[in-house]
Amino acid sequence: MASVLGWYRTRLAYLLALGGVAISLAAAIAGLVEVLRNGEMRYDLGGWPPPVGIEYVLDHLSAFIAVVVTAVALVALLATSRLMDREAPTIAGGPFYGLVLLLIAGLTGIVVTGDLFNLFVFLEIASLSAYALVAVGGSKATVAAFRYLLLGTMGATFYLLGVAFIYFKTGTLNMADAARLLSTSENSEAFIAAAVFITVGLGLKMALFPLHLWLPDAYTYAPSAVTALIAPIMTKVSVYALIRIYLSVFGPAYMEGPVPINWLLLVLGIAGVVAGSVMAFAQQDLRRMLAYSSVSQLAFIALGIGLANGLALVGALLHIMNHAVMKACLFLATGGIRHWSGVVDVSRMAGFGRRMPLTMAALTVGALSMIGIPPTAGFFSKWYLIRGGVEAGNWIAVAVILGSSLLTAAYFFKVLEQVYLRSPDDSGQPARVVEAHPLVLGPILLLAVAIVLLGIFSGFIVTGVLERAAPPWL
Amino acid sequence: MFDAFLERYAYWLTTLLLVLGLYGMVGKRNLVKKLIGMNILQSAVILFFIANSVKRGATVPILPETHDVAVNPDLYMNPLPHVLMLTAIVVSVATTGVALSFLVTMYRRFRSLDERHILEEMQ
Repeated sequence: MASVLGWYRTRLAYLLALGGVAISLAAAIAGLVEVLRNGEMRYDLGGWPPPVGIEYVLDHLSAFIAVVVTAVALVALLATSRLMDREAPTIAGGPFYGLVLLLIAGLTGIVVTGDLFNLFVFLEIASLSAYALVAVGGSKATVAAFRYLLLGTMGATFYLLGVAFIYFKTGTLNMADAARLLSTSENSEAFIAAAVFITVGLGLKMALFPLHLWLPDAYTYAPSAVTALIAPIMTKVSVYALIRIYLSVFGPAYMEGPVPINWLLLVLGIAGVVAGSVMAFAQQDLRRMLAYSSVSQLAFIALGIGLANGLALVGALLHIMNHAVMKACLFLATGGIRHWSGVVDVSRMAGFGRRMPLTMAALTVGALSMIGIPPTAGFFSKWYLIRGGVEAGNWIAVAVILGSSLLTAAYFFKVLEQVYLRSPDDSGQPARVVEAHPLVLGPILLLAVAIVLLGIFSGFIVTGVLERAAPPWL
Repeated sequence: MFDAFLERYAYWLTTLLLVLGLYGMVGKRNLVKKLIGMNILQSAVILFFIANSVKRGATVPILPETHDVAVNPDLYMNPLPHVLMLTAIVVSVATTGVALSFLVTMYRRFRSLDERHILEEMQ
């Protein structure tokens, strides 16, 4: 509907999209409150009871992720209009907001569904709109989007193949039902095949370290508004899908079954944390630096799943939220810098601290949170991950988490030094540098404040929601 | 050895298709061929579902209006995998459509669909 409206009046489509996401945020919050009060909710689609029909499940885990996804999407969407006006005004007038809504619908669908095949369909809905949105950024973005499409489809196909093994072993697609049947069936070959294919497939979607090749180009060349929308939530929802399938379908078998698949995630997570940070350090383009830092932060989450205990899982879930907020803040700030000064290279940002003070303050808060400085949110998720590592007795993981903070500090201080300490006397300076439009600056500052608030109140989030989201056997 | 192949030839063939598709996506340099490889990969998974749900001697799962005896499930196909694959085919068609439109845009800009040439131009 927003697409059709978009041809007529862009502004109306923008408002409609904004309203739609606001309503889904309200519904997600209402759902979370309801779940906290009365336990999990189940809804049978079309009145068919599971396992015959598709059911939607809202428990602590999915309600939490749904709120994160819709909230971050809403804030990022606020800034979208002004950013797109600068970026590609003709395309923004077309079906742009329809695609955005389709993306968010797909993502929330993944979050609430309790059916394996339904998850595949929502995954593809979200991915297809993401490919199209990335391609809005011009010809380089089209190349990046095509590569993203190939690898993303490969991932979805592998996921479907994994689902095939589960289906033909158990005869059901309902997650709870499949979990019950899988735990009793003694034949584990199908389980091994399913676990491997699903992990690889969703690993491609979530840009787990050696499968991350689509991500840097896609995030760099996509329009700033799209990156700010996709980067925080798209990969996070794939991570959620992985967690959901591990916890709700495979159950304890994912760490002590025939294939301890969590070791794969652990090793790849450790490798990804280091490799992503090193690659980020080597980048000049701020967008590309943030993209590689996404790779390393996603590896953190994978590491948390791989450690496979309650504390690490809480850390991973908390990091999903924190990283979504941080990355939205950083990418929006990057978009603001890009469109209101024309600069993306870090080396040309000397003296920006004085010329765009508010944007840079938000960027600094985001950077400090990525490094993990205490009052900000990033510290607390790393804290839980480290405690999880200690509990698992995995000292390599602990060392990598601590060491990567140093690497993260190294590449963000490169930016902050340029911004605050260098004097702008080079000839490569842009002529005109102003603060971004209030509608862009507002969301950036809001997210920066949210980073600090989420850090301060992370104790409430953990005890209130996340500890109940982790299953008792962890 | 050969008997083992014959017994389960459908699985061997879908595996072959799967590997063929993967090779096309990874090994070929032309972007159209990569896309074709992607389609082969998807077909392999679709055929895997269908091959797994074959039931010899079974018919379409439509019950006659009047049935007094209990329904014998051996006589009817399981429609679910087929229906799932219809959805998967729809998804696959949509993906191919989007990919082809990307290819058209890229060809207009770069005058080539060779991956190496496009990456050189992008530098």
